Amino acid sequence: MKLQRMNRRALTLGALAVSGALALTACGSDDTGSSGNSSSSSSATAAAGSIKCDDAKGQLLADGSSAQKNAIDAWVKNFTQACSGVQVNYKGSGSGAGVTAFTQGQVAFAGSDSALKPEEVTASKSVCSGGQGIDLPMVAGPIAVAYNVSGVDNLVLDASTIAKIFDGRITNWNDAAIKKLNPSAKLPDLKIQPYHRSDESGTTDNFTKYLIAAAPSDWKYSGGKAWQAKGGQSAAGSSGVAQGVKQTNGAIGYMELSYAKDGLGVVSIDTGASAPVAASSDGATKAVAAAKVVGTGSDLSLQLDYTTKADGAYPITLVTYEIVCDKGNKAATLPATKAFLTYIASTEGQGILSGIDYAPIPDAIISKVRTTIDGLS
Amino acid sequence: MDISTQKTGGAEDAPPPHDSTPPTTPASAEQKRAARGATRPGDRIFLGLSRGSGILLLVIMAAIAVFLAYRAYLAISKDEANFLTTFEWNTNLVPPKFGIAVLAFGTIVSSIIAMAIAVPIAVAIALFITHYAPRRMSGPIAYVIDLLAAVPSIVYGLWGALVLVPHMDGLFGWLNDYLGWTGIFSWDEGAPRSMLTVGVLLAIMILPIITNVSREVFRQVPQMHEEAALALGATRWEVIRMAVIPFGRSGVISASMLGLGRALGETMAVATVLSPDFDIHASLLNPGGGTFAQNIASKFNEATEYGRDALIASGLVLFVITLLVNGAARMIIARRKEYSGANA
Repeated sequence: MKLQRMNRRALTLGALAVSGALALTACGSDDTGSSGNSSSSSSATAAAGSIKCDDAKGQLLADGSSAQKNAIDAWVKNFTQACSGVQVNYKGSGSGAGVTAFTQGQVAFAGSDSALKPEEVTASKSVCSGGQGIDLPMVAGPIAVAYNVSGVDNLVLDASTIAKIFDGRITNWNDAAIKKLNPSAKLPDLKIQPYHRSDESGTTDNFTKYLIAAAPSDWKYSGGKAWQAKGGQSAAGSSGVAQGVKQTNGAIGYMELSYAKDGLGVVSIDTGASAPVAASSDGATKAVAAAKVVGTGSDLSLQLDYTTKADGAYPITLVTYEIVCDKGNKAATLPATKAFLTYIASTEGQGILSGIDYAPIPDAIISKVRTTIDGLS
Repeated sequence: MDISTQKTGGAEDAPPPHDSTPPTTPASAEQKRAARGATRPGDRIFLGLSRGSGILLLVIMAAIAVFLAYRAYLAISKDEANFLTTFEWNTNLVPPKFGIAVLAFGTIVSSIIAMAIAVPIAVAIALFITHYAPRRMSGPIAYVIDLLAAVPSIVYGLWGALVLVPHMDGLFGWLNDYLGWTGIFSWDEGAPRSMLTVGVLLAIMILPIITNVSREVFRQVPQMHEEAALALGATRWEVIRMAVIPFGRSGVISASMLGLGRALGETMAVATVLSPDFDIHASLLNPGGGTFAQNIASKFNEATEYGRDALIASGLVLFVITLLVNGAARMIIARRKEYSGANA
């Protein structure tokens, strides 16, 4: 009995050692994952010489949208190489968490997939002495509608068909509405399994904004970060949705473009332009070019035109913002914040985006962003 | 009493603490206290420590309850829909609409499935280890079961999503073919990310804790009972049925309640495997439903301050359900006290 009890203690230690080792390997693989990404950003490293550090130093804390995490990671890598005195620490814990951390004064800037709401602007005034929080559009990205139907390579859908599919009103791949858009494709008699996000997400918010604007008679929901339509399947995170679509024959789902790889087809959107538009970095930039700046003062929040018919403009596009104080930034972090934002809004900073499946902000808007960053105080 | 006197005697060669009384002094109030074991500084410190810990526990529990109740009140007072019966969770709407009906249903159903699968298997494993397996084999089997408890739940979640889900197709098809007419086992050929899959995964996760405790209980069955039954000509199965299981029943019930507690609160594994939605489905095979913990995990990151209050309100309901379940288990165990050897 006693011997066995000792054995069990040894076993607990062994189990701890095993799980500890597992945890360590998890960290290890994480590291290799991020260094594997470096191939795309290394091209920009050569140009990193033009990054101006000024008197930036210390630690720059930021939090927010996970949608722009990969872009921020690439920027941070180049920026800290040039300015060794600055450490940028961006936690991608979600837009909501980022904005909360910003309005509580915990971070120098926040990343968010949606512009500040009026009550959040009010809350930011207590952190920005004499100023308020403003939105700076920095990264755009196409949201791909990806599908898994064997034998169908080039699928074209329009807003109203997508709305009906995700609302469960078109339930089979050989439906007349899909056939009409794809006269040459061999559509199987297969049940459609629409996948959506189970967590609250800026991707869902932007995707449903598109459906509301482009197919108002087929999508009756009010929109928001939480998915509202009933039925279908769901999974957590863009990676979860991609995984689910990959596992299920007949599935379709929405995700950031970088996840729509390896065996998934990506839908081209029939916007009414001369040809259906494929999801691409270029198409997203063109769509943002059609956007209106709706922010007042130095706020640059954008309103996208989801019904755009411009050739090559991909309408389901997400714009993510960096949120800072226009006046009253903390003196300790202001130089570092300005230097970092100046870099990411610069030609080199925006230049690395298309290589990692994001889209740069078009010139007309990014030049306004640069002016605003110069004026931060 | 005997033990404490013996200890006092045994400590004679060590320098006695100044306020202790040797066992030979005539009886006095002080000596009686010494016999109760509360006069030496060590005893008093230990008494204070243990009493303090006990009180601290109650304070912590009360603090959690107050925190949950206050934040829940903030959320529920602004909820436009009925908190208990609404099939929706949308805290960003103006006015907000959310309710816990789906979550309560999903939490209870997935736990019941997990218990229905895990308890019989766990009891069988425990009986096998204690009464059937050769001694050389029973040790390693027990260790392997224990190791299952050391796997982090997110690993179970990933394994479930990548391995278990694709392999449930066959079982689901079979259930649909033969039991589909019941409605509970009908399946629309969706990916098998449903309540039943979650139940199976939870069953694997709670197996080690139930097995472990049951094994300890079965091992403590008095040898005399078993030998007496054997002497009367009982087979091994009859010994187990007449001596082992009645003796261990309350222990197995408490073990099951420990497992149930884990199943009710499991978060990451459910969030990874389930395909949740805010609806109650009659079928266990079609995707949908949700649990309290899963909903909190998936909504927390993007939630606003108010959204978090609403999630905390749902946490309060889980807290109450867990209290009720544990209370019910205590009552069952208390009623069977006469059998309880392991738990006395």
